[in-house]
Amino acid sequence: MKNQAFISSVVAILLGLIFGLIIMIIANPFTAFPGLLTMMGGWLAHQDFLRRLGDLIFLTGPMILTGLSVGFAFKTGLFNIGATGQYTLGMFAAIFVGIYGTFLGPTQWIFAFLAAIIFGALWGLLPGLLKAYFNVHEVISSIMLNYIGMYTVNNLIQGDANLFNVAFSKTKAINLNAYIPTTILRDVFDRSAIDLGILIAIGITLIIYFVLYKTTFGFELQAVGSNRFAAKYSGIKENRSLILSMVISGALAGAAGALYFLAKGSVNSGNQYSVGNELLTAGFDGIAVALLGQSHPFGIVLSAFFISFIQRGGYFMQTLGIKVEIIDVIIAAIIYTSAMAMLVKDKLIKILKRKQP
Amino acid sequence: MNFMELFILIANSTLFFTVPLLITALGGMFAEKSGVVNISLEGTMVFGSFFSILFINFIQENVPGFNPSLLLLVAAIIAAITGSLLSSLLAFSAVNLKANQVIGGTAINLFAAPMVIFIARTLNNVKNIPFDQDFNIQKVPLLGDIPVVGEILFQDINILSFLGYFIAFIAVIVIYKTRFGLRLSAVGEHPSAADTVGINVYKMRWIGTLISGALAGLGGLVFVVSSSVTFSGQVGGYGFLALAVMIFGQWKPEKIFFASLFFGLMNALSVKYTLIPWFDGLSLGYFFTVLPYIATLVALMLTSKKSRAPKAEGIPYDKGSR
Repeated sequence: MKNQAFISSVVAILLGLIFGLIIMIIANPFTAFPGLLTMMGGWLAHQDFLRRLGDLIFLTGPMILTGLSVGFAFKTGLFNIGATGQYTLGMFAAIFVGIYGTFLGPTQWIFAFLAAIIFGALWGLLPGLLKAYFNVHEVISSIMLNYIGMYTVNNLIQGDANLFNVAFSKTKAINLNAYIPTTILRDVFDRSAIDLGILIAIGITLIIYFVLYKTTFGFELQAVGSNRFAAKYSGIKENRSLILSMVISGALAGAAGALYFLAKGSVNSGNQYSVGNELLTAGFDGIAVALLGQSHPFGIVLSAFFISFIQRGGYFMQTLGIKVEIIDVIIAAIIYTSAMAMLVKDKLIKILKRKQP
Repeated sequence: MNFMELFILIANSTLFFTVPLLITALGGMFAEKSGVVNISLEGTMVFGSFFSILFINFIQENVPGFNPSLLLLVAAIIAAITGSLLSSLLAFSAVNLKANQVIGGTAINLFAAPMVIFIARTLNNVKNIPFDQDFNIQKVPLLGDIPVVGEILFQDINILSFLGYFIAFIAVIVIYKTRFGLRLSAVGEHPSAADTVGINVYKMRWIGTLISGALAGLGGLVFVVSSSVTFSGQVGGYGFLALAVMIFGQWKPEKIFFASLFFGLMNALSVKYTLIPWFDGLSLGYFFTVLPYIATLVALMLTSKKSRAPKAEGIPYDKGSR
């Protein structure tokens, strides 16, 4: 089974890459192949190898958490398209504590991180409640909450001179104590963006794995995911499972927002939120990560690394004159093919079985 | 500004926002009536508006003196065709491959904007495509002279607005009074029953989804033409708002018309409220911006227990399971 899951993800990636390559060839046949090589690893083989690797590892952290967010909800049969809203709320809470919580001293970053988790969880709780008690489909309610969350956060930030830098239309830099510690990692990786975030993300992955596969609670969640009604008749409180699953999913997305914005970045100015009336794409990347990782925590770590890897590759591909949007096209194509990968996989198995005597 | 002027101004602005929402929401309805959830309206709007604006840009630069209203109508056809081309991806994955429709739709949403921006930047290095906003008809003869109504409906307006109302009118007739409309609803409510009486479920769902894409593409063009002077690779969440309008309108074309008016009014108020004396000095822009989304959530809470959503919506139809 595990092999089949892996193969269908690889097939989805290959189809996505082939599609992207075709488009690059149409755009410019001379740069398409060098572009592909750059994207698939050429960008890392560079004299700045360590710094680029450090940046990549840093970016993988939030990506793992958004992937876990979407994947965890998938396990309970929920499609959390609201990860971007929960991420935005988490980001806001982290920045708020990161600027106002100076009295917290060296523990400020921990409180900022926890605040993000709580805000993300609350924003996940809403679609959970609506689903459990009002039978509102979580996709529609989450889409609405994405916009409500984004406009609310923008409104709160713009209304607060301590948070908002009007000249750049960005949030102000957070307090030094609010950055996630970089420890020796930053020196090892040549002043890249890397910090303890990646270890936090991997720690959370292990916890999620444990919860899903080694506890009764996790078993119940998955039972609700595979058959809501069967689970209900076997005595599982399905409403409780639905709500808790959305809360945990939201908490993970919120944590991702903190991990990204509580970082110093590869230059010391830190990551700041640009206030604009567009949803952040991080939550949508999580959908690709979760689908590719087949919603398994360890699969999600691998796919988060891969998606971050090609996104960074796309950034460096621009020196060849290839527009960076091609990466999002490829990721979308991968999501599209993953959605049907399960069926293709089933058909493949049927064909293979037919050939056996 | 006296009350009448203010009323006309708000009404004008409301219709401005209403028409693209109306067209796109009707598009969503056609797909969902047939049983296919189309959350890719947003991406389809971007896709349709891109190719039609690209065409408008080309004609305006190379064929000076081309009649603006005619140009807009040809662009509308291009928007509809490219929109339905994009939604054929959804139809293929949802109907033929029986894949999860929400994931397929999400993929299309995520695909559309980067794809067109990639094309725009490959052609021209920037993502924005400018065009001359000279489509508005100053005053429709005779009708434009009617007091108030004429000023609201028939002055300083582009031809696509009329097309929007016309489409709404046609949609009501098609859904309730034609064999096609009734079959479409049947396929969305109870596909296996429809199949047993000889209706081709797959074909109906394909047609429903293609109409949906055509209308969403057109809605995208109307949105960009009436709200901006350049295509910038996004439609500001209007596709999702249209989805909300459709639900608010309970999947019925006549109710969708009123729902889009309500959402249009909220949008108009969010940008024009400062002109209204009662709201003077209050910062209500945020309030009016989020109100449609909150209203949708409340409407969903009130109606979902006895929702009028097509029963088989989102469920792939498998002939074998009949």
